Amino acid sequence: MIGAFNSGLRRVPAWPLYILAPVPVAWLFWLAVQGQLGIDPTKSIEHQLGLWALWGLIAGLAVTPLRKHLGLNLLKFRRAIGVITFFYVLAHLLVWLVLDVQFQNVWADIVKRWYITIGMLGFAFMVPLALTSNNWSIRRVGPVAWRRLHKATYVVALLGALHFLLLVKGFQWEPILYTGVIVSLLALRVDWRALGARTQARA
Amino acid sequence: MANRWTNTLSWNDVTPEAAFLNRRQLIAGAAALGAAGSIAGSVSAQDSGDALEPNTWEEITGYNNYYEFGTGKEDPARNAGQLTTQPWSIKIDGMVDNPGDYALEDLIAGLTVEERIYRFRCVEAWSMVIPWNGIELKDILDVAGVQSDAKYVAFETLVRPSEMPGVASRVLDWPYREGLRLDEATHPLTIMATGIYGRDIPNQNGAPIRLVVPWKYGFKSIKSIVRITLTDEEPQTSWNMANAREYGFFSNVNPNVDHPRWSQATERRIGGGLFAARQDTLMFNGYEDEVAAMYDGMDLAEFI
Ligand code: HEM
Repeated sequence: MIGAFNSGLRRVPAWPLYILAPVPVAWLFWLAVQGQLGIDPTKSIEHQLGLWALWGLIAGLAVTPLRKHLGLNLLKFRRAIGVITFFYVLAHLLVWLVLDVQFQNVWADIVKRWYITIGMLGFAFMVPLALTSNNWSIRRVGPVAWRRLHKATYVVALLGALHFLLLVKGFQWEPILYTGVIVSLLALRVDWRALGARTQARA
Repeated sequence: MANRWTNTLSWNDVTPEAAFLNRRQLIAGAAALGAAGSIAGSVSAQDSGDALEPNTWEEITGYNNYYEFGTGKEDPARNAGQLTTQPWSIKIDGMVDNPGDYALEDLIAGLTVEERIYRFRCVEAWSMVIPWNGIELKDILDVAGVQSDAKYVAFETLVRPSEMPGVASRVLDWPYREGLRLDEATHPLTIMATGIYGRDIPNQNGAPIRLVVPWKYGFKSIKSIVRITLTDEEPQTSWNMANAREYGFFSNVNPNVDHPRWSQATERRIGGGLFAARQDTLMFNGYEDEVAAMYDGMDLAEFI
């Protein structure tokens, strides 16, 4: 089953993802301008883009465990997932800057409000990753160093989860569940047996 | 002691007269209220820049923070329909001459219901203008007879898990609790609202009766009240219990004191659409002349 799926996927190119990705964002703005996005369209867009960005980070982190544990190979789509997620975060940031706070107290918000600080840190980590998501950069940097650099996605995902945990008011489950998913996807990468052997050897 | 305050925002001030008359007629026919809302929308589109245009019925009743019905802004409108508000009784206890369980109709029988058009400012830095119908809280407290050593008024919201899906999760420590100093509670601006736009107040806005304190952040204006207690100690309040650093007991609207999560200098007026510019937040939400004297000598950056 998975084998048939993988060979089917081999024939699907990744490039259409780049064309499809802006469609939901454009749709969101279209609905907002039409007054179809609820009573506070600015917050609706801001929240929706934030959630989609988080989904993108989760999808990117899921690729390796899906291959390792289920044999499902989505590796060729991972670059597109990462780059698209970066643009969703950028759109989320721009909605905040232009439509929500409207350039007022931007620096004060970034340094004073923890959830903004953390979100910005996540975005800052994504910039070099997005800039080096091309074959030329992999050759230029060298595959080993490149892979090490792109391990920063783990940090970005954790910062995204922390951002969500900090921004909700009162005690709420949703960000806790997202954090659980992200931590689990990271935990699946740890080779626990090797880790155990190493601690034993040290003991 | 009703009618101690006259609206600074009135229909005549805020809309061209033709639109006002037109809308008044519509409002007189209660069934036409949905239509009144959309007319208000088109009026505000015409004279954009008029900051005092009351929000539409749809905006006021479709965008609520009422966590007992869910944490999303549109959850209360979706989930509050099943709340039973009749019969309703309010327990009034503590330092009063006539403590007891009052049936709501008996409690407010004979008291004057006034139309009060107030600015409403949420701590989350958004705002509306709402035409409430309500009774001065002082008139209600007078029914119970406040004793001379009472200094504070504490309020509690209903907790009824069978009708309030949000209380299943402990977003806050239920019941929702709020409180005022006695001078704040008896101030002529402080009302107990039972209506909006001349209609019964909808469940998602705090039916059948809620507090409205227009110079404080919205969360102080506690909804669906079942208990009022007169005390001589500062009462516990829900958001202060959840996070004392972020939510103080007073929570007066103050553009000069930031909340840790939001700058309070400006606000987004709900209803302006995607590209509406932020507006300056006013000291005490624009009621400085009426209320500032109550806080003379207090450092408002300390007593948040
Ligand atoms: C790693 C990057 C980021 C991720 C994954 C992310 C994710 C999210 C999520 C999931 C939400 C909540 C959505 C909801 O409540 O349904 C959110 C809200 C928000 N984010 Fe981000 N975000 C990121 C970066 C940023 C940045 C860079 C900023 C601005 C500087 C920002 C500002 C906000 C704001 C203002 C909100 C709404 C808060 C409110 O409720 O008022 N985020 N974000």
